[in-house]
Amino acid sequence: MSTTTITEVAAIRDTGRFRLLRSRDFPLVPVLIILTIALVAVFADFLAPHNPEVGKLAARFKPPFWMAGGSMTYPLGTDQLGRDMLSRLIFGARVSMVVGFTAVIFAGVVGTTLGIISGYMGGWVDQAIMRLTDAWLALPALTFAIFLAAIVGPSEMNIVIILALVYWTRYARIVRGEVLSLKEREFVRLAVVAGCSKWTIMRKHILPNVMNSAVVLASLMLGVVIVAEASLSFLGVGVPPPKPAWGLMLSDGKQGLMVGYWWLTVMPGLCIMLMVLSANLLGDWLRVKLDPQLRQL
Amino acid sequence: MRQFVLKRFCYSLLSLFLLSVTIFFFVRVTGDPATLLTEPGASEADIAAIHQKFGLDRPLVVQYVLFMTSLFRGDLGQSFYYQTPVMDLYWSRLPHSLLLAAVAMAFSLIIGIPSGIIAAVRIGSFWDSVGKVFALLGLSLPSFFIGLLMILLFSVYLGWLPSSGSGTPLHVIMPAFALGWYFAAAHMRLTRSSMLEVLGSEYIKLARLKGLPQRLVIAKHAFKNALIPVLTLAGINLVLMINVAVIVETVFAWPGIGRLLYEGISFRDFPVVQGVVILGGAMIVAVNLLVDIVYAVIDPRIRLGS
Repeated sequence: MSTTTITEVAAIRDTGRFRLLRSRDFPLVPVLIILTIALVAVFADFLAPHNPEVGKLAARFKPPFWMAGGSMTYPLGTDQLGRDMLSRLIFGARVSMVVGFTAVIFAGVVGTTLGIISGYMGGWVDQAIMRLTDAWLALPALTFAIFLAAIVGPSEMNIVIILALVYWTRYARIVRGEVLSLKEREFVRLAVVAGCSKWTIMRKHILPNVMNSAVVLASLMLGVVIVAEASLSFLGVGVPPPKPAWGLMLSDGKQGLMVGYWWLTVMPGLCIMLMVLSANLLGDWLRVKLDPQLRQL
Repeated sequence: MRQFVLKRFCYSLLSLFLLSVTIFFFVRVTGDPATLLTEPGASEADIAAIHQKFGLDRPLVVQYVLFMTSLFRGDLGQSFYYQTPVMDLYWSRLPHSLLLAAVAMAFSLIIGIPSGIIAAVRIGSFWDSVGKVFALLGLSLPSFFIGLLMILLFSVYLGWLPSSGSGTPLHVIMPAFALGWYFAAAHMRLTRSSMLEVLGSEYIKLARLKGLPQRLVIAKHAFKNALIPVLTLAGINLVLMINVAVIVETVFAWPGIGRLLYEGISFRDFPVVQGVVILGGAMIVAVNLLVDIVYAVIDPRIRLGS
């Protein structure tokens, strides 16, 4: 027996906690990228060499260190106000992570709750929630988010609430579908016979069983939400300046593009790209691994 | 059939109702709409006049009815910045949006359909992998980043294409590509899965058993049927493109509806923002309704199933 087959047999028998992590197609690079960005976001205060919001006007438009005129004081150059790009990118990771994760979780909690209630209760409750979901889904998400952001005014908290408001419907739809089939399963029926209340059943028996789908969906939504936040910031209705958000940095750097200050746009753009690409790859993988029903998504 | 259409129509009305209610209440809950409806720095008297003119001192329900009646009359208010009715502005910008969307759509189909077919016919091949990467990038790269990279390459370094504005065929190339890539990826994925489904069907097996060459099986039998869902999606996407182009139009200063929305936001021109969002929402709700009805006409399972 060759070594490969031995490991394969071992992999099949292996049902331990880290089974998923050891599978052969595990998207290691995307996960490492997300973890790195997350760590950078957490330790931004220690990592950033300069204050991201205050610059020296004397040091405007310094190029990255490998170009003529660049120095290691500002490894990735400076922007139009003389602020250090590296520090702004590091703190920008925090904004993206905080907004991305909280919005996805907010939307997930609202959508999953409504989906469970809708699917389990049935009847007019189901009708009401599903009609609301359908109506909401019919609206153009990004345009609607832009409108809401333009009215309530820019702030990180508002962006989180708006993105959650716009994106909860996807969870509600899928979770409801799962609950409809779970409801007919033996263990739920037995719980009813045992005299559990509806709330207990929904919380203790239904919720744990829809968590897989919710997590897969959340990972797929992460990329969408981060692009949405960057788009709002790019249009000036997202995270307000001088806070360093990647979308805002791109938009600020736009003017410098024509005169060759490429690093102002390319660097935050690359950060967004890496983040979204990793989130999508991880989401795709989780979808195939955890949730056969979502493979068609 | 009539019942189905009626039901779908009611759902669409419900969507529009929700849209209008959300817009209406959000504006009023989050602050005094008079500050949004007057130009920045308006005097107390101006604000009081607005209050009276739009009945902002009356009960909310009455206000909502007033808001809806003016909407139905096609009155979306007056733009502060341009000093013209929002409706006129919208109509003057729509042709630009349509042009951009049409070119982006053509591009997304020309790339998406052939690459989807190749990926399905030669599954696991080099071209399949290239297609997968192309699709993944298209779905992951934000359109503004694609746009800015293209400006950097084609306008700043190579000097081949104009970086912004409109007027010549050259102006439309970059915005159409930046807008179309995402949709090309979507069309490619759908073509691929649709082709795979058709290729596994009985009549394709029969065509092969008859001894038809591979080229004919793909071109004459499989392709036509696989195209139906792709073209449906393309129809919906065309309307979406008109309404989601705001970022691309901002990057390239393309004078379409998206740019109008952006100007509305930056000049605090609230009637313009509200008008563009309402009309965009109505357009998308309408096209969804249309697709539902067309599908029900074609496929009886859909109308009977619901």
